[in-house]
Parts: sequence; structure tokens; C-alpha cells
Amino acid sequence: MKQNVSREEFLKGIWRDNPVFAQVLGMCPMLAVTNSAINAVAMGMATFFVLVGSSFLVSTFRHVIPKQVRISCFIIIIATFVTIADYTLLALVPGVHKELGAFIPLIVANCLILGRQEAFASRYPTKLAVMDAMGMASGFLLALFSLGAVREILGDGALFGFKLFGENFEPWVIMILPPGGFLTLGVILLFFNWFKTKKDEFLEDVAAAQRSEG
Amino acid sequence: MKKRDPDLLLFHAPLLRQGMTTPSAMRDVVWALMPATAASMWFFGISAVLVLSSCIAGAVLAEWLFATKETRGESLRDSSGIVTGLLLGLTLPPGLPLWMGFLGGFVGIALGKVIWGGLGHNLFNPALLGRAFLQATFPIAMTTWVPATGEAGFFAVYPGNLALPFMQVSVDAMSSATPLGLMKFEQVVTPLSDLAFGKINGSLGETSGVALLLGGVYLWLRRDLDWRIPVSILATVILFSACLGLFDAERFPTPWFSVFSGGLLLGAIYMATDPVTSPVTPRGAWIFGIGVGVLVMLIRVFGGLPEGVMYAILLMNSATPLIDRYTQPRVFGRGAESP
Repeated sequence: MKQNVSREEFLKGIWRDNPVFAQVLGMCPMLAVTNSAINAVAMGMATFFVLVGSSFLVSTFRHVIPKQVRISCFIIIIATFVTIADYTLLALVPGVHKELGAFIPLIVANCLILGRQEAFASRYPTKLAVMDAMGMASGFLLALFSLGAVREILGDGALFGFKLFGENFEPWVIMILPPGGFLTLGVILLFFNWFKTKKDEFLEDVAAAQRSEG
Repeated sequence: MKKRDPDLLLFHAPLLRQGMTTPSAMRDVVWALMPATAASMWFFGISAVLVLSSCIAGAVLAEWLFATKETRGESLRDSSGIVTGLLLGLTLPPGLPLWMGFLGGFVGIALGKVIWGGLGHNLFNPALLGRAFLQATFPIAMTTWVPATGEAGFFAVYPGNLALPFMQVSVDAMSSATPLGLMKFEQVVTPLSDLAFGKINGSLGETSGVALLLGGVYLWLRRDLDWRIPVSILATVILFSACLGLFDAERFPTPWFSVFSGGLLLGAIYMATDPVTSPVTPRGAWIFGIGVGVLVMLIRVFGGLPEGVMYAILLMNSATPLIDRYTQPRVFGRGAESP
């Protein structure tokens, strides 16, 4: 049972409560850095590290942090991890760090991270909080990657820098510009909502069929 | 027609009816565009047919794909998808790869109309939205103007048309500048007779001013068009360039050049007058037209692009709800401050 609960907390972040597709959180990095798959994945990994680390700390110290100043405490904890992520990226992949630019320090302001601290990590035991953070961060990474992949494939004919369609590909310039981010995100959200509506309809039909049988 | 006995004829209100319906208005637009379409075929041959039909195919496919089961037949019957596709096609360069035209038609309907809730709910003109998307997505292909087919004959297809989907044109297309581009970047003025009858480079529908005016007169006679909008746009453009001419006749275009070059006539007659995306009040129509005219001249003369009709109309489209709100006529019997 215990195992199932933590697995549930992990899985909900990837699909049902996906931070981007279901909660529409963290839009700033989502739209700003997904012009190529590698940038998107780097941002996703950095966010993963920050979210899991700060959820772990916040949940561990949740009885110590005074209620009145909890937000400031969360921010300090998050900022610590962001600084670590910032310098790690600078040391390991300076090129990507340069492209992401100001958006790495801005992870501090990602409402997804503060939201998880406030809504989950500060109320639940450490193990569940870490599972929740890992699920949410994986969902965020997945969303960033799908957006970045679509934009890079259409906008550059490549994925992670490998040319997919040969030299003659006609790039869709708009896709690597800011409007491309809005368009792609909108289309993906459209499909997500369409899928959800269809699924709900299907479940309702099944329930109705069961009622009429019983 | 079966003759009916007037004594037995019973109606409920409304008792006064007009014959004008959405499908008939749309068909009128298609008919009005026929002279311009014919002119484009005359100048650009079979390529015009190919580009126009690929745009229409994309638009109609989007209409069909995103309609619900109940409304599927309806949205196809009122032929608004055909109008959008045709209008979009007429704004495209003749040598454009066909798959781009198809994509433009699809995006124009999907993002320009369906997503807002269908016909009558859109904020922007779908055809121009499709064109703006293409312009931002494929800036090079959208500004490659091939010269008219000329001696090569009707069946000579531009190599650019036949590019495979997602691929660019492998052959270097013969490209030359439009009159506006010549004016802006090389200070070459094209003679007016060429502008009026279409012996110029440019997109499919904008080359022949006379054909466009013919269609406009037809639309006006059929009462499908608010004459205030094209008149105010053209008057503003003429006044604006006449004023500029007072300062420096050499540098700035003459009024008649401004009217007949580029997509101004096409935009002013067929796109700015789209009843969905232009103001409904007479005063609003004047404001809208003047706004479009001023923006067109500002972009053409002081902006970085040679042509600005598309952005001018799209910008004023976004102001249409506001204009409508502030130009509501006073309700009879109420104070001046009524909404």
C-alpha cells in the first residue's frame, strides 16, 4: 500500500496533473527556452534538480520553518539550488548555459517549484515529497522536451543538432521565434484537452452501460 | 415556380426579408474575384491555377477536419472556405511551392477562423492571417517574385511550384522586385499603365488593378460591401501621398502609384471589407478605413518593408471591437451618454 501511494504521487505529475499540460504552470521557461531540444532538456534537468532538492529540504524542515515566513524560507532554499545548478551548467556545458542566459537564475521564480513547496512538500513526509517532486519535474521535462523537439524539427529540420531531412529542408522560421512557442504550446494543449474530453466521454459511456446492465 | 394564392399566404415575423444569405454573399465574392483570377492566369499561366487550388484545398480541408459532425455540411456549403483560400492564393507570389500554399490555407482557416468559434466569430481576416503565418514562416519563398510567364506560354510551370513538401526549391528561381520594392530600394518608378493592367511583378491577384476594381464595383452593386471602407482607405492613401509629395516629389511615391501598386486594391476592396472583421457602424467604417490607409502609408514610406497592407489590415482588425463599441449610434429618446 505504502509503495502504491508513493508511486501514485510520482505518476500523477507525469500525466494526470502534468505541470504544463494540466496545470499550465512554468510558462516562462516553457516558451522562452524551447527553441531547440538541447536547450529544453538542459532547462528541464536544471529544474528537476532544483525541484527535487528543494522539496527534499523543505519537507525535511517542515516542522522547523515558521509559518509566517515560510515563503521567504522556501525561496532561500530554492535559490541555493538554483545557484548550484547555474554554476554546474556553466562548468559542464558553457555553450548551453550561454544560450539559456537569464532563464537559469529565473528558475527561482518558476511558479511550479514554489507551488510544489507550498502545496505539497511543506505538508507531507520527505519520501512522498521527493516522489512528488520527481514526478512533477519529470512531467515538466517531458513537456519541455516535446515542445523543444517539435520546434527544432520544424524550425531547423534537426533534432539535438542532427539533420533529419537532408540539406534541402525548408526551415519554418516562425517555429524558432517566440510565436512558434505559443503556437506549438497551444496545439499541444489543444490535443491534451481533446484527449481528456474524449476519455471522459468514454468513461461516462462505460458507466452508463454498466448502470443499464445492473 | 408554383404560383401561390396570396389569400392563404401566412407568415410569422420578420415579414420583410432580404434575399441575402451567407452562402449567396460568399458566392458573390467568388464571382467578384473572377476578373482578378482570370488576370492572374493570363499573366502567370497554369502556376496561378495550381497555387490557387492548393490554397483552396488547404482551407477546405481545415473546414472539414475541424467541423463537428452536425455542422460539417453547413460550413462546406456556405463556401467561406473557398473564399478564404481564393483570397489567400491571390496574395501569394506565383512561384510559391504548392505545399506552402496548402499549409497557408489550412493555418488560415484553423487559426484564423475555427479556433475562434467559426464563421462570424473571428477577430482577424482568415486569409490575411494565413498569409501572415506564411510570411513569418517562409520569408524567402514569400518574397521571391517571379516574372510573368510571357513567351513560355500558359503551361509553363515555375520550378518553385513543384518543390516537395517540407523541401525548398532546389533550382535558383529567377527573381525580380515588385514595383514597391523597386520604388523603395532602387528609386525606380513603374509607369502607371503597367500598374493598372498588370504588366508587373507581384503576387497573383495584385497585378491588375482594373480587374480588382471591376470586381469591387460588382460587389458594391450587389450590396455585399460597405463602400465607406474602400473609399476611405483609398482617399486616405491618396491624401497622405499627396501631402508627402508636397515635401519631396522625388523621394515619395505619387498618389496614383500608391493606389495601384502592391496589394492595396486587393486589400481595400476584398479584405478590409470582410463583414466579420470590420466595424458595423458607418462612423466606425470611416475610422477603420482611415486607420488602414494611414498604417499602409506609414509602413510603406517609413517602415522597413516595401508593402504594409497585410499588417495594416490585421492591426485595424484587432481594433474593430473597440471602434464598434465607441461608435454605437445614440439610442432614440435617450441621453447622449447612453452606451
